[in-house]
Amino acid sequence: MTGGDDVRTTATSEVTAEGGHGAIPTGPDVPVEPEPGAARRDWPLYEVFVRGKRGLNHVHVGSLHAPDDEMAVHAARDLYTRRNEGVSIWVVRAADITASSPDEKDPLFRPSGDKVYRHPTFYEIPEDVPHM
Amino acid sequence: MVHEETAYESLVHAHGDEGHWVFGTGFDDPLAGVDTSVPPGVDRADLGAYCLMLGDDALVLSQRLTEWITRAPELEEEVAIGNIALDLLGQARLLLARAGSVGELGRSRSLATGSVPDEDALAYFRDADEFRCTPLVEEPDGDFAHAMVRLLVASSFRLAVLARLRGSRDPVVAAIAAKGVNELTYHRDHAARWVLRLGDGTDESHRRAQRAVDAIWPLTAQLFTATGVERRLVAAGVAVDPSSVRDEVRRVLAEVLARGTLTAPPEPPDAEPAGRSGEHGPALTELLSTLQGLARRHPASTW
Repeated sequence: MTGGDDVRTTATSEVTAEGGHGAIPTGPDVPVEPEPGAARRDWPLYEVFVRGKRGLNHVHVGSLHAPDDEMAVHAARDLYTRRNEGVSIWVVRAADITASSPDEKDPLFRPSGDKVYRHPTFYEIPEDVPHM
Repeated sequence: MVHEETAYESLVHAHGDEGHWVFGTGFDDPLAGVDTSVPPGVDRADLGAYCLMLGDDALVLSQRLTEWITRAPELEEEVAIGNIALDLLGQARLLLARAGSVGELGRSRSLATGSVPDEDALAYFRDADEFRCTPLVEEPDGDFAHAMVRLLVASSFRLAVLARLRGSRDPVVAAIAAKGVNELTYHRDHAARWVLRLGDGTDESHRRAQRAVDAIWPLTAQLFTATGVERRLVAAGVAVDPSSVRDEVRRVLAEVLARGTLTAPPEPPDAEPAGRSGEHGPALTELLSTLQGLARRHPASTW
């Protein structure tokens, strides 16, 4: 930091979360690299899933860029488990995930909204059945 | 069934929802329950000097790695380097504290104010000629390949030494070694992955990786030569003779280099461990001016 100039620049910048790495100050006052590095464009995006100490399943915690699958696991260890959060990591290339389209939301999900008979709520549960 | 929305929520719940998990919770004290008395038959001055050797290697390499912060080639790699540097700083802190506790403080204790802990006095108020580190950790990094090749060599050596030190007769050294082995296994793995990828990557990455290997190999000349302190402490069951890990370290390095299509230069002839007795080049003096400048200019400041 060199003093007042830097502080003013930060204060007048908008903060966005674009880019997948949290809040990045943007705006006309923030100097940016003239061109992104060539290597960076080549690195694919990975989605990261971590299973916590008491968690039973892996949950999505974020994303990162890495040159290949092995390095993605390594980077995930450093980015997402450095505060004792996890005991297992999965990574998957974002491009390999097939997702439902927001345009299909209603035909996909609305029909289940009124099918109450799909829930096992009409049974009497005996008192000696645990964990229900 | 416990179902947590995120790994972070499960962490908070596991520690009583205290709301300060971002500062770290559930951590172990590596020295909890460890007997800190010096074992009979062990010379305190030798033990202190040995802890300085091990601690200074970690402290100086940590500072060299820290120089990559804001300069690393990728954001993800910057966090990785920062983690490794902090691991080494943690090892250095415990080892310098052990050196201080057995009386190895030299001039530093009189230069530091009373509120400065022993390990900080040793880190900030010794001059270069009082540092006991080996030349391998001192030279600045020209490029990322140099950083990764040096980390590979330094962590391979340190892992081999600390793996044996888990059986040291000094319980504090043994506990620090046990903590460090897991950390160093990761450091070595991380560096080896990069050396493989740089060596067997593009023409330019191969050229730089080979240049780094050629520059770093001569810096290992002092690495495997025991000092008088080490020889006496080996006899007392406290230390490891560095020459006893030479074959293991060379074998690991040869395998990584071969798989990375890199050529191992001839091994340098063994040299006197001058770094362990305080002889260093200008690179360490320059590094210490950065490391120590703030603490020396404002000795009573806290941050």
